[in-house]
Amino acid sequence: MNARALEDLAPPLLFGLAVLALWEMGVRLLGVPAIILPAPSAIGLRLATSIPTLTADFFQTIRGVLAGYFIGSAAGLIVAILIDRSGFLQRGLLPLGNLVSALPIVGVAPIMVMWFGFDWQSKAAVVVIMTFFPMLVNASAGLSSAGAMERDLMKTYAADYWQTLLKLRLPAALPFVFNALKINTTLAMIGAIVAEFFGTPTVGMGFRISTEVGHLSIDMVWATIVVAAVTGSAFYALVALIERRATFWHASYRAR
Amino acid sequence: MKSLLPLTTVLLAIFAVWYVAAVLMNASLQRDAFANAGKTDYSAAELAGASLNMERPKLPAPHQIVGELNKLVFETPPTSKRSLVYHALITLEETVIGFAIGAALGIALAVAIVSLKPLERSIMPWIVASQTVPIIALAPMIVVILNQFDIGGMTPKAVIAAYLSFFPITVGMVKGLRSPEPLQLDLMRTYSATPAQTLLKLRAPASLPFFFASLKIGAAAALVGAVVAEVTKSEDGGLGARLLAGSYYGQTVQIWAALFAAAALSATLVGAIGIAGRLTLKRMAFSP
Repeated sequence: MNARALEDLAPPLLFGLAVLALWEMGVRLLGVPAIILPAPSAIGLRLATSIPTLTADFFQTIRGVLAGYFIGSAAGLIVAILIDRSGFLQRGLLPLGNLVSALPIVGVAPIMVMWFGFDWQSKAAVVVIMTFFPMLVNASAGLSSAGAMERDLMKTYAADYWQTLLKLRLPAALPFVFNALKINTTLAMIGAIVAEFFGTPTVGMGFRISTEVGHLSIDMVWATIVVAAVTGSAFYALVALIERRATFWHASYRAR
Repeated sequence: MKSLLPLTTVLLAIFAVWYVAAVLMNASLQRDAFANAGKTDYSAAELAGASLNMERPKLPAPHQIVGELNKLVFETPPTSKRSLVYHALITLEETVIGFAIGAALGIALAVAIVSLKPLERSIMPWIVASQTVPIIALAPMIVVILNQFDIGGMTPKAVIAAYLSFFPITVGMVKGLRSPEPLQLDLMRTYSATPAQTLLKLRAPASLPFFFASLKIGAAAALVGAVVAEVTKSEDGGLGARLLAGSYYGQTVQIWAALFAAAALSATLVGAIGIAGRLTLKRMAFSP
């Protein structure tokens, strides 16, 4: 780690630690009951003592998240490539895609639970629907982002449609595709957790949160939220890291 | 309207696929229903017709949803607890209150971040990181925490709606308030403008396109927050409560009707902000 990275990291880290310290101090000094807000130390303790449960929840939820994320994103990308050849379909589908992105899609969760049962498949189905449209809209924008100059160059090379697609337009679309992939990490986590509120086998992060809230063991709820937050951030960070490797040529990375 | 024809074509195709899917998904259920009724000699057309009009289909046909919406919206008095208007108004109220709080907080935080350098370096990474966290997981807990203080009813849901709408607005507004070019900022400096003047006369007007864009995202997020909060605290009604009740009792048509109502609500909110934004930006001579 060089000095520059340290300089970038120090202020947010200090801020985070300060918040944790204030939280701990506030809870102890004011005697806030654990039912309302447990101290960070209590949450940490709970986290450390219930690792088996949390691990089981994690694996149950992450299965739905990952399956849905890959299917939904891949389907969005493939449909974007398919409709890219037809301006007609694009003009018909893209406004719909934009509209659907603003709709409360998590609402399909009860329907998917009914169709695909309580296990992770129904969660994956919700995630597929939530991740499909952001990828469709972004990938479509990306596919049309290659400039006229580059396209002309491909034409002078006598490149056919597939060569142009593979060697020019898909690489040029990568920043947009990764943007959608990053948005989709969060959506996938939200979709899977909310779907678990509607019915699940007795394991899973959404299930844990809704039942432990019912039992008023708020420290367990916080412990699950910590796991969900770390998982969500790690998922996002992983995609961002792959993006950095795959689109190193893009202006936003070259500038640094 | 160059996209009118493609759009109607795609919509018609979706309807057609929907009807076919409804027949395919409900046929086996309907076959069982026929068998239970002791009816054996039915034609394929009869089976298809019946599977499009089941009481608890796996996938209700569009006309069933429209019928249910018509029944619950127009034929039921809006004061009745069965009326979707009644529940939609509850959800709308929570969404609007939450959205107003979230927008005010989000803008205030964005102004603070843009004006105070140290704040940016310490808080901004957390705001970005918080976007990667499934915040909605907090919803059931916020309801319980506020209940401990005897705060019930609408407030917890409005708080969740505010919480969800506030992050996209902060991020969008920080970008917007930063959008003036160095040249313009330099000009303000040559006028010896105070930071407050620069904020009011340059940064705020320049941020308007971002303002409306982030309000749209924030409004959609607020509605999602309100609906999910209603699922976790369903006794006071609302569209989320209808979703949950429908899923308990297997009332698929009711679920779909509630879902369409929520979609219409969201589209209306976002559309209204979009129109307000377009009119404002036109008057302020932003190029579209």
